[in-house]
Amino acid sequence: MTKRALASIAIAMALSAGLPNISWADTIKIANVIELSGAGATVGSNWRDALKLAFEEINAAGGILGEQVEVTDYDTQTDPTTSRAMVQKAIDDGAYVIMGPIYSGSVKVNMMVAQQNGVPQLTGAEAPFITDMGNPYIFRTSFGAQQSMPKLVKYLTEEMKVKSVAVAWVNDDFGKGGRDSFVAELEKNGIAVNADVSSEVGQADFAADVIKLKSSNADAIFAYLHEEESARLLKEIRKQGVTQPIFGETTLMNQKVVDLAGEAVNGVRGHVGLSANAPIPGIEEFAKKFEAKYSYKPDHNAIKAYMGAYVVKYVTTKNGKADRQAFADALHGLTITPADEPGILMETSWDDKGEVNRESFLVEVKDGKQTVVSTLPKL
Amino acid sequence: MNTFFQLFVSGLATGSIYALAAIGFTLLWQASQTINFAQGEFIMLPAFFVLAGTQFLGLSFPVAMAIAVVLSLLLLGLGFKRIIIDPLLPHGVLPIVIATIALGILMKEGVKQFYTAEALPFPALFSDRTLNVLGAAISVQDIAVLLIALGAVALLQLFLNGTKIGRCMQATAQNPNVAEILGVPVRRMILYTFLINAGLAFLASVLISPIYLAKFSNGETLGLIAFIAAIVGGFNQIRGALAGGLLLGVIDNLSAAYVSASYRSAVPLILLIIIILVRPQGLLGKAEGRTV
Repeated sequence: MTKRALASIAIAMALSAGLPNISWADTIKIANVIELSGAGATVGSNWRDALKLAFEEINAAGGILGEQVEVTDYDTQTDPTTSRAMVQKAIDDGAYVIMGPIYSGSVKVNMMVAQQNGVPQLTGAEAPFITDMGNPYIFRTSFGAQQSMPKLVKYLTEEMKVKSVAVAWVNDDFGKGGRDSFVAELEKNGIAVNADVSSEVGQADFAADVIKLKSSNADAIFAYLHEEESARLLKEIRKQGVTQPIFGETTLMNQKVVDLAGEAVNGVRGHVGLSANAPIPGIEEFAKKFEAKYSYKPDHNAIKAYMGAYVVKYVTTKNGKADRQAFADALHGLTITPADEPGILMETSWDDKGEVNRESFLVEVKDGKQTVVSTLPKL
Repeated sequence: MNTFFQLFVSGLATGSIYALAAIGFTLLWQASQTINFAQGEFIMLPAFFVLAGTQFLGLSFPVAMAIAVVLSLLLLGLGFKRIIIDPLLPHGVLPIVIATIALGILMKEGVKQFYTAEALPFPALFSDRTLNVLGAAISVQDIAVLLIALGAVALLQLFLNGTKIGRCMQATAQNPNVAEILGVPVRRMILYTFLINAGLAFLASVLISPIYLAKFSNGETLGLIAFIAAIVGGFNQIRGALAGGLLLGVIDNLSAAYVSASYRSAVPLILLIIIILVRPQGLLGKAEGRTV
């Protein structure tokens, strides 16, 4: 082999080593690393469908910076180890931005892979630790539990006059993070925790859990579980004739829980970061489009994904290039309003840790429909 | 005391569904030395037959249920025997074990791929009201599930002991060679056993799906618990499988409430180990001699 050939190979290798930060020529590749099977299939399907809808709209309107967006789905199977492998595969495939996953336990192990490779990641996870790990490439699309729980506890103390609570939570990173934030907030406000009942992901039988919650004689029950488990818990609560009021945070009032639990979910109240029934014109329009395309009502995960897609569009267009580092730098401390980008649906800000901030809602489920009771301001 | 009583009744209701699946294990073992490791998926699938009937064919719920019964008997009874068990039976138990594990995976992944990976609501068969029994709130659904499952087992026992076909099935189970010499149509008796197992799986499916929701992965836990229940109770006795199922249902509830929810799934396995060490034939089973 000649010296010239060797030099050519060396130059090619040097160029390919620098690939992560070069601009993309033909298409912009978005990796959707999400729960499409396993316990999280419900939330992942909502996320995937909304993301597809958003990028179809973006591509139909000319794409981003004149480039078409190519979205590839990677199924985490709701398994942290698989999710890590999928993030690595997505990066190997040349992903510009990673969307997802939603389960905090998965994000905990795969966000480091994205960080090491300098790839921005827009997650739907809500566990508090996600944005406390000093990762400059992670961004939330929804509130962390540490932001939403104070709003809910304020409602419980000031409006519902609750003095004691029985807490049901799922024993994973999402549930533990939410439970800890909620209990800490209760303690600050002098509210007693009469029962602290943990359950497992995918648990089918909630008879014993409900008997413990019921016999605690607390003023109210707070449930913080994933959608399917929430539905099973609520069905069991109704089956056992529990009369205490039931409160939750986002997942408990999710449309999927309403679909699965039927009448058992009526009367449940709580705080949601996003709601398809929110009196926000952008969200109302999105919900109509989503339902027309997929024949089912979107949940908050769908709204998160839809907004996330338009965040990618707005920030990349603002930067004038599809550059991973420039994307991460630009999103820290950024506020996007619907006037800037209609697809963002409502004004949203990100802080220097990637934490999201926007208005949120207190809702009650009435006749199988999430009804917004009041809108809470940005923090 | 009220809490204990509620846990006990609720555990009996769940346990009676485990018992239906466990009885299926014992029936197939007795009739044809078949261990069906797809039993959990046999319980998962009929609910999807019903849902497919209502969602895709627009059938009313009772009609969809009727069609699902027929489909269950044809596919999980007749089809299972003819396509998988009959060709493999001459080769011993191990190929059947492996084949049924593969069948279970195929059924689970098939539902996930071609139907949905998400949980689906399944219509409740009974009222969600509660009754006050001795000061404890007991749900009508729990009582109905318990009565139907126990009623089905009682009918099965009556059929096996009180009818000519039932006695022929028992003769086939005890010694197929002698039964054949005596003129018992052994092959038909074995087929009846498979059909009964499919019927029990259908019943368990429509009783448990309104509570657990219909999901492709439901069979994983159900199959394992039913298998443990059959061993704990006695693999060669229907009453043993019934006792094993009820016992596991109650122990599961009590351990979740009084020990730890995190370790509840370990309790059946601990019980299994104890039974194997102390009474290998199961609580109500009979020790079987094996020639070398």
